[in-house]
Amino acid sequence: MITPQRYWREIPQRYRLEAGKCKKCGYICFPPRLICPKCKNREFETVRLNDEGKIASFTIIRVPPEQFSDLSPYAIGIIELNDGVKILAQIVDCDFEELEIGKRVKVEFRKIRSEGEAGIICYGYKAVLLE
Amino acid sequence: MVGIVGYGAYIPRYRIKVEEIAKVWGADAPSYKKGLRLEEKSVPYLDQDTITLSVEASKNALKRAGINPKEIGAVYVGSESHPYAVKPSGTIVAEAIGATPEVYCADFEFACKAGTEAMHVCYSLVKSEEIKYGLAIGADTSQGAPGDALEYSASAGAAAFIFGKDNIIAEVEATYSFMTDTPDFWRREHQHYPRHGGRFTGEKAYFRHILGAARGIMEKTGTKAEDFSYVIFHQPNGKFPLKVGKMLGFSQEQIETGLLVPKIGNTYSGSSPLGLTAVLDIAKPGDRILLVSFGSGAGSDAFIFRVTERIREVQDKAPKTWDIINGKKFYLDYGTYAKFRGKILKA
Repeated sequence: MITPQRYWREIPQRYRLEAGKCKKCGYICFPPRLICPKCKNREFETVRLNDEGKIASFTIIRVPPEQFSDLSPYAIGIIELNDGVKILAQIVDCDFEELEIGKRVKVEFRKIRSEGEAGIICYGYKAVLLE
Repeated sequence: MVGIVGYGAYIPRYRIKVEEIAKVWGADAPSYKKGLRLEEKSVPYLDQDTITLSVEASKNALKRAGINPKEIGAVYVGSESHPYAVKPSGTIVAEAIGATPEVYCADFEFACKAGTEAMHVCYSLVKSEEIKYGLAIGADTSQGAPGDALEYSASAGAAAFIFGKDNIIAEVEATYSFMTDTPDFWRREHQHYPRHGGRFTGEKAYFRHILGAARGIMEKTGTKAEDFSYVIFHQPNGKFPLKVGKMLGFSQEQIETGLLVPKIGNTYSGSSPLGLTAVLDIAKPGDRILLVSFGSGAGSDAFIFRVTERIREVQDKAPKTWDIINGKKFYLDYGTYAKFRGKILKA
């Protein structure tokens, strides 16, 4: 069970793809970090990642964790956004035969899961193929 | 001048055909197809709700408006299917588009006219210079009880409009509202599906209020049916808007562009607002548009818009509504549809 506090902390990243861009070397950290892994600098500016990219890799999940069982089977992929940042996201609204490495996708705002019948609803990003 | 500076639409990619629903309940599909002019309806995927549809429609509206979301001073989501009973949809939408924290926000409910009510409040706040821009959304993932007549039409979609004073694409020339207490359709607390008064939803509800609002705004502004390039009425089915249009002297050509219901169903709070997005997609500078919503309970809001020169700059900046409707689609069988809509649950 995800706590509302933990969900709330990640809202800027899950809703708006907010990343930290190193003010010294320009490296983009997603999610943001305190220290740049490239140059050890500690100053970042907040940037919103581009919401389009391409499939870097993908797989089909047929035996999912319990909370995602209604969605089974589903595709999940590593998406390389136009900024070069890679994110892990479910790929929805597709036939699996359509999926190929390199295909263009865009990020859409979707419900990720609900905490049972009475808990919070968690939202975030998923990918859909660009037509 | 106050008006729309950006607009956007979003419709889920899943569909179910009238025949598929009729087959399960032993109903006569041709009577729905011919009598009510319904062919298929949109269905939200398991991970879509009023909030996710609202966010996507708003992102498209922002692309057309070309403004910084931080300048949006109010976010109002009109819907009868807010995912939470207590906790606003608008806070999530505002956060997702980057409009927080200096923003007024509340959720609106008024059956199918909650979206146009949100539009009226945003328009008024901009006009009174309380805010620079206001985001009004009409969105729903509506439900019809299994086997009920509403199951053939209750669908999902969202339309978003950003109101402002600068760079407008359609000026609001006039507004008008016609409202009475009419119990034609309702859903009590903790009930999953709505109930309705059957034929009572027609003459005394839909027609009375749409006619009242349309005649009221035309009288107020001294306009006639032929003064409008397009008209959009609330569309619970394909028959009512054509009938009410004929009663008011409008031609089928004036109605057709904004008549989406045969292909996507009744998107409730998104219904007439989505029709407006389809009209704005092809409108030309100088066109005058009449929009008349209807929400059970019951009331109608009317708007007259005058399209400006800037419309041509924004039409291609986000997906067009008819392109979304005719784009990628996945057809569902009734079993999968029932699962998607939570009508059946895994043991």
